[in-house]
Amino acid sequence: MTLSTPTASDTPTAPGAAAGIPAERDGEGFFIHPEQWRPQMAAQIARENGISELSERHWQVLEFMRNAYLEQGGAPSIRTLGKASGVPIKELYELFPKGPAKLAAKIAGIPKPRGCI
Amino acid sequence: MTDTEQQAQADAPPRQTIEKVSIIISRGSLEGIYPGLIMANGARMEGIDADLFFTFFGLDAINRAKHEHVKVATVGNPALHLATWAGGVPGVSALVTHRLAADMERLDIPPIPEFIEMISDSGAGLYACKASVDLFGLTREDFIPQVDDIITVGEFYGLAAGGQIIFT
Repeated sequence: MTLSTPTASDTPTAPGAAAGIPAERDGEGFFIHPEQWRPQMAAQIARENGISELSERHWQVLEFMRNAYLEQGGAPSIRTLGKASGVPIKELYELFPKGPAKLAAKIAGIPKPRGCI
Repeated sequence: MTDTEQQAQADAPPRQTIEKVSIIISRGSLEGIYPGLIMANGARMEGIDADLFFTFFGLDAINRAKHEHVKVATVGNPALHLATWAGGVPGVSALVTHRLAADMERLDIPPIPEFIEMISDSGAGLYACKASVDLFGLTREDFIPQVDDIITVGEFYGLAAGGQIIFT
């Protein structure tokens, strides 16, 4: 597998391919092997999920999610995300309208959060 | 994507999704309130629109004087496997509630006031049932500030239109 640098001309016909996103994602688009993720892939995954541009605040959440996963082996709950990421819950939902924990996990290349809270 | 793959995608039935839920919370015990809150929060986490409608004793969940003092029902609750007389002993309900609260904290489940604030911040609507508010002689001031409105059952159906209604 090759990991190429993303270009501005990512073609919509081959989602992910131009950003070097590996094929090993589950049916919903979550990474199966988090170690295959590269920060350059985030923008493309975000676009696939309706987020046209990743701001600094998005990145703050993505980095918190990914670090929490790598350190604890599980994605943090939305409660922990709101308390510890530095981004309050209201803003989390503005940044990731279709579900902050799930979307941030997907974009940050970690498996789907399994918690109910 | 090849032509065959494109054809296969076009032929597949569209995946069913729930777009909106309206959850009614009608009971005032801890075990009566949490399921609705968990379902509302879980809906928002999935990007599903959610509204919460509090009726009868469910209003305690948004009553500023009562929402910190919601207890597990220890009388008439066979699932606790306590003798009926024991469930009624003063302090037993508080004790069971305390134990459960500690277990919930361990699982990162917030206490009711914090949970409701979280749900409101997630963009869900919080509504009090007008008939129950009138019945108990309550006013807007009795409720936490996150409550969006006191509405009639007709208005509730208007808000719930096009989504799923869940009664708890």
